[in-house]
Amino acid sequence: MEYFLQQLINGVTLGSIYGLIAIGYTMVYGIIGMINFAHGDIFMVSSFISLIVFLALLSLGLTFIPLALFLVLVISMVITAAYGWTVERLAYRPLRDSFRLAPLITAIGMSIVLQNYVQIAQGARVKPLPPIIKGSYTLMEHDGFIVQISNMQIIIILTTLILMLGFSWLISRTSLGRSQRACEQDRTMAALLGVNVDRTISLTFVIGAALASVAGFMYLLYYGVIDFYIGFVAGIKAFTAAVLGGIGSLPGAMLGGLIIGLIETFWSAYFSIEYKDVAAFATLAIVLIFMPSGLLGKPEVEKV
Amino acid sequence: MSQPNPLLETPEPLLEIKGVNSFYGKIQALRTVDLSVHRGEIVTLIGANGAGKSTLMMTICGKPPCRDGTIRFDGRDIHALPMHEIMRLGIAQSPEGRRIFGRMSVLENLQLGAFLTDPHHFEEDLERVLQLFPVLKERSGQRGGTLSGGEQQMLAIARALMGRPKLLLLDEPSLGLAPLIVKQIFSILKELNRTQNLTVFLVEQNAWHALHLAHRAYVMVNGRITLSGKGSELLEKEEVRAAYLEGGQ
Repeated sequence: MEYFLQQLINGVTLGSIYGLIAIGYTMVYGIIGMINFAHGDIFMVSSFISLIVFLALLSLGLTFIPLALFLVLVISMVITAAYGWTVERLAYRPLRDSFRLAPLITAIGMSIVLQNYVQIAQGARVKPLPPIIKGSYTLMEHDGFIVQISNMQIIIILTTLILMLGFSWLISRTSLGRSQRACEQDRTMAALLGVNVDRTISLTFVIGAALASVAGFMYLLYYGVIDFYIGFVAGIKAFTAAVLGGIGSLPGAMLGGLIIGLIETFWSAYFSIEYKDVAAFATLAIVLIFMPSGLLGKPEVEKV
Repeated sequence: MSQPNPLLETPEPLLEIKGVNSFYGKIQALRTVDLSVHRGEIVTLIGANGAGKSTLMMTICGKPPCRDGTIRFDGRDIHALPMHEIMRLGIAQSPEGRRIFGRMSVLENLQLGAFLTDPHHFEEDLERVLQLFPVLKERSGQRGGTLSGGEQQMLAIARALMGRPKLLLLDEPSLGLAPLIVKQIFSILKELNRTQNLTVFLVEQNAWHALHLAHRAYVMVNGRITLSGKGSELLEKEEVRAAYLEGGQ
């Protein structure tokens, strides 16, 4: 029981990170119908940006850690958002009216470009960061087994919760969110109402990248090691989460992220940690076969 | 407000289309179309299915772009502008097929209609539009996709009106609707034109209703304007009667 509870906490933490990345996949799919395979690498780039900015702030003499971390988060969000914007502008917008596979191919190209760019600029070796946020709370103790939740885990879960609430509000209640959803459903009609569709699509990439950068920042602090390849695995898992939740559905992406995080954690805990990726990807295969529209996805048929 | 005579020719029309050619891929849909709509007028364009009427509507709004010729609106050349900037100048369209946002509520559809206007007079505009189409008030929380065809058509027009347009473009508002509802929609248009001096450009297959409503009318055949004149005059013309009215009423 204690072991289960501990794994549950770990799983929710991991799921939070996947969920934040998955939103980027699902939003982009919703609005332009393509899988942005470079999104995982945007996440990877953001974790590097976080590390670099953090070290830069320290060397500038900023030693008050909470302030430093807050600044790192904000700066990283801005720079990563600029990456997201640039990727869309360079690789996808020129192909907007091209055949369907074209942006998918450039997305994979963009993913390779970002990976190699970071590999060359930062080296292929892993970059460690000593734990910055320490301390934890003991929730229960039984037969010598301790259930703990660390401060880092609390921060990850709370930040994710706040961001997702804010983000849901943005999408469902604001004019910006309405025009975003309008572009998802009918771009021509949105333009007929005066919505600047290109700008809305850019904004979707910017928001997706900003959320991924929060994930990248927390990944760096939580695991303490990053390399140029983390974006691939995390990206594919977040993509799995988006498909599991129903691609195009925002609550689906959040729920899917959580479930994938839990599946992976419990699989590692009770079966085999070596095969944890197999568990996540087997889920993808099973969902695609038996439930192609996902848990909260909308069926393709619509009343005319 | 004093009523200007809609037939009185003002120096510059609100919308002026000159020599416009437009293509869908390689197919030429419009052939040197000339057409004008003056302030306060209701102008209709009638023609058979596939004549190019909807293409003209969309060409005015910028997509497909016109390849030759000029389109002027409110004293500006608009044919080189992107769609969202054209609409910003005060044009609203209720397009072919209605294009309601089916997964959004009726209220959200109307909010999107007001995307370009000052949010301060949103409540006032909403009140006005719901008074015209009371059925939308009852349905305001419902998803657009669950409305009946007639309700969707009313929503499409209401959404267009929410933008406070100088020019309202309506593409086949009568398509697929019961005669009673068609009558209702047309009388609302007439009322809006009379009381608020709303300028309307209407594309219709339902020629009888459209010609009765409109001050002036154009007939389009295979992407060309073949006839024009007062609505009441065209109603009398033998070729119009034969092609568009026989069996209609």
